[in-house]
Amino acid sequence: MNFRKYLVLAGVTVFAVAGDSMLSHGMKQVGAISLHRLQSVLFAVANPWVALGILFLLGFFAAYMTALSWADLTYVMPATALGYVLLALVARFVLHEHISPLRWLGIVLITSGVGFVAGGPALTEHPLGEAANLADRTRATAVSSGVEL
Amino acid sequence: MKELYTWSAIVAIVFASVVGDVLLSRAMKQVGDVGILRRRAGLGIVIGRTLGNPNFLFAVTSMAAAFFSLLFALSWGDVSLVAPAAASLTFIANAVAAKIFLHEKVDRRRWVAASLVAAGVALLAG
Repeated sequence: MNFRKYLVLAGVTVFAVAGDSMLSHGMKQVGAISLHRLQSVLFAVANPWVALGILFLLGFFAAYMTALSWADLTYVMPATALGYVLLALVARFVLHEHISPLRWLGIVLITSGVGFVAGGPALTEHPLGEAANLADRTRATAVSSGVEL
Repeated sequence: MKELYTWSAIVAIVFASVVGDVLLSRAMKQVGDVGILRRRAGLGIVIGRTLGNPNFLFAVTSMAAAFFSLLFALSWGDVSLVAPAAASLTFIANAVAAKIFLHEKVDRRRWVAASLVAAGVALLAG
């Protein structure tokens, strides 16, 4: 794990929160969508907040996929939960909403969970056979797509 | 009866998200370290190899199924039940699935982390 990889994990958290918030803000401007006129959801994309939110969520997905390419699923998962913490802190300090003691406890639990997992190794070292197999496959794909490794 | 519908939809969300996450993780391990690959072969190869990976396509399909299950669940139950229940159950189920299907070393440290996060999410979203 180097600085660049921690930056990608931070991206997973921040992009998800920013995207969700913008999408939520935009959809409130668009208004409730009637079940009988579901196609009107397509026009929601014309709202700049909705469009920007979708763009950020695509960024989240790219960061999530990048992280999964070099870290275990059980390592990346807790990082996505940090988004809930970030969202609560934004609600408290930017929107000045009240946060109940129970929710503060939730923040503490998530943060300590993430701290726990971050202290360990990021990737399971698989037995040599499987690793060699994977390396062979990587080389085969590289050759077939004309890449020099 | 409505409660049964809601919980069935929650189970469907959890199942579809776990399948999606496990397949996506497997796909990206097959693609290889994206940072290194991009430096060696360029972004085009990274994107091409990812989009051409069958596990990736199944993962996206499964995540779409999870999204539609969420819509169904929300039409039957309250968001204050559906969101935290689905999110926290997904964390636990993901840890189990990662151990069984991805052969990840889920040691005590990671079990504790998954449980803490699941409990925290349930409290925060509830």
